[in-house]
Amino acid sequence: MRPVYMVAGGITKFSKASPNKDFRYMVKESFDSAMTDVPDLTLERIDGSVVSYFSDHFTRQLMAGIMVQDYLGLTPKPSRRIESGGATGGMCFQNAWESIASGRMDVVVASGFETMSHVNTWKGNEFIALASDTNFDYPVGGFYTGYYAMMVKRHMYEFGTTVEQLAAVSVKNHKNAMHNPYAQFPAELTIQDVLNSEMVSDPLKRLDICVMSDGAATALLASEEMAYKLTDKPIRITGVGTGTDAMRMADRPSREVILLPHENPEDYKDLKYPGVHSFRGGRVAAKEAYKMAGIQNPLEELDFVELHDAFTSSEIQTYEDLGLCKYGDGGKFVESGAADLNGKVPVNPTGGLLACGHPVGATGLMQAVFAFWQLQGSIGKHFGGDDALQLKNPKRGLIHSHAGTGTYITVSVMERGF
Amino acid sequence: MADNNIRNAKLEEVEQGCVLYNLDPIIMKYHYEVDYIHSYAQDSPFFAGLAKGELKGSRCTKCGSTFATPRSHCMTCGAPTEWMDLPLTGKIHTYTTCYFGGQEFLDETPFTLILVEWPGVDTFFLSRLVGMAPEDVHIGMEVKARFRRLSQFKPTDVYFVKA
Repeated sequence: MRPVYMVAGGITKFSKASPNKDFRYMVKESFDSAMTDVPDLTLERIDGSVVSYFSDHFTRQLMAGIMVQDYLGLTPKPSRRIESGGATGGMCFQNAWESIASGRMDVVVASGFETMSHVNTWKGNEFIALASDTNFDYPVGGFYTGYYAMMVKRHMYEFGTTVEQLAAVSVKNHKNAMHNPYAQFPAELTIQDVLNSEMVSDPLKRLDICVMSDGAATALLASEEMAYKLTDKPIRITGVGTGTDAMRMADRPSREVILLPHENPEDYKDLKYPGVHSFRGGRVAAKEAYKMAGIQNPLEELDFVELHDAFTSSEIQTYEDLGLCKYGDGGKFVESGAADLNGKVPVNPTGGLLACGHPVGATGLMQAVFAFWQLQGSIGKHFGGDDALQLKNPKRGLIHSHAGTGTYITVSVMERGF
Repeated sequence: MADNNIRNAKLEEVEQGCVLYNLDPIIMKYHYEVDYIHSYAQDSPFFAGLAKGELKGSRCTKCGSTFATPRSHCMTCGAPTEWMDLPLTGKIHTYTTCYFGGQEFLDETPFTLILVEWPGVDTFFLSRLVGMAPEDVHIGMEVKARFRRLSQFKPTDVYFVKA
């Protein structure tokens, strides 16, 4: 496999609705914004694209991917659409990575979008719930927040996780986004604000849950030779991992915990795994990515993490899958401040899905763009001069994209290439 | 051969409007609905079972893995499964009460979802718990299955109450 680099990224401001721009226009805006940072890159030098969006129901336009390709002026070059639920953006990124790593392409565009404003929130929840089993899950009361609520109930039962710990994730991520001009829902909140917000599915409240969004994001990936021609600050993608699990969270028989290099079987003697409290697919994705990147102990070797916090609970569950702490310790991990902007390993330093929004097909690429800017040290440049979220000299970051009840999960490791 | 009639050619005018929310940009509403012809295929005996007051899971004919939600092939070893009757009482593995939801279920809120566990069965079963105040539900609570008298041939033909 050849080394693969990200050379530029672009993103639209995520918003509740963007009726002035359709999906093609939004992607074009994110694409142009990325292209601005690599002036030597012309359309002629681009070999192809991967375009991702989650839901044909939201878009109500089949083959929307080719419409993006067409609008960007990239026809008749190769292109394909990638879809994998909530992990659509992360999978798009990895698919583009494969195009370069395999030697098939030297420069590839990875773009994603979602336009969720075309239906009201109730209908949107119904569309999203169609990404649960439509024979056995959806008809019982299809509602993703309900599924995640059941998972975190069990997490609380097994490990003593508290609603205050969930709320701490919401406070942290919304606060970080105060300095992110692309975020849809920045806010200064208190634990009490989160606890007092409207109950949606016990124990998850309004402020424990991300919002629906319109938005697009683009990552430009290149081979080593092209990367150093195009930018003096390329970021190398040093690890990719992908995991899966049964579509239905009820369908996951207990197995041994899949261990990361720094863990021991004795850590989890009596833990039934994955149960409904943990995401085995996330652990598998992390393990594969760590192996490729040569990471032995993620807490010590990662400078920051952008992970898929569709719910506060899933951020806590994901700390554990990624091995930032032991299974069961996720609540204490956030409470300790370890995931804060100035903590041991800042998690969602730009606000995550909770505060930035979750235009599904764009989300995983949004993480790639923010991680890219962090590693370049260009947050201030891209955030209108505000560099409050720029971490000091980060060398290595991780992005994590997640679908369904943990059905498709991607983990990618990015490192400074200069 | 028919004569061309360009002078009187026109698309028929229709007295149907649209709901327009905005002019700049133009934002309009249209209706989108389909009748879908769905087959439960190999899972059909499960739904037929509910109509007879039976709750059916699957057991692998090769490795013996058991599944509380049926599947025709084993997820552990890939061999075909056979049907097995699940006990009509089990325990709550986890639960939530939904106060909000997708449009189709909004009228039913609040409703309580549970995963039911049985000893010796390797996976769980998603269902509704009926007749309990949310604050009185707890993990480990014994529950028993009840069946709708008039089957809808949906998984909600079975639901659970406190045992």
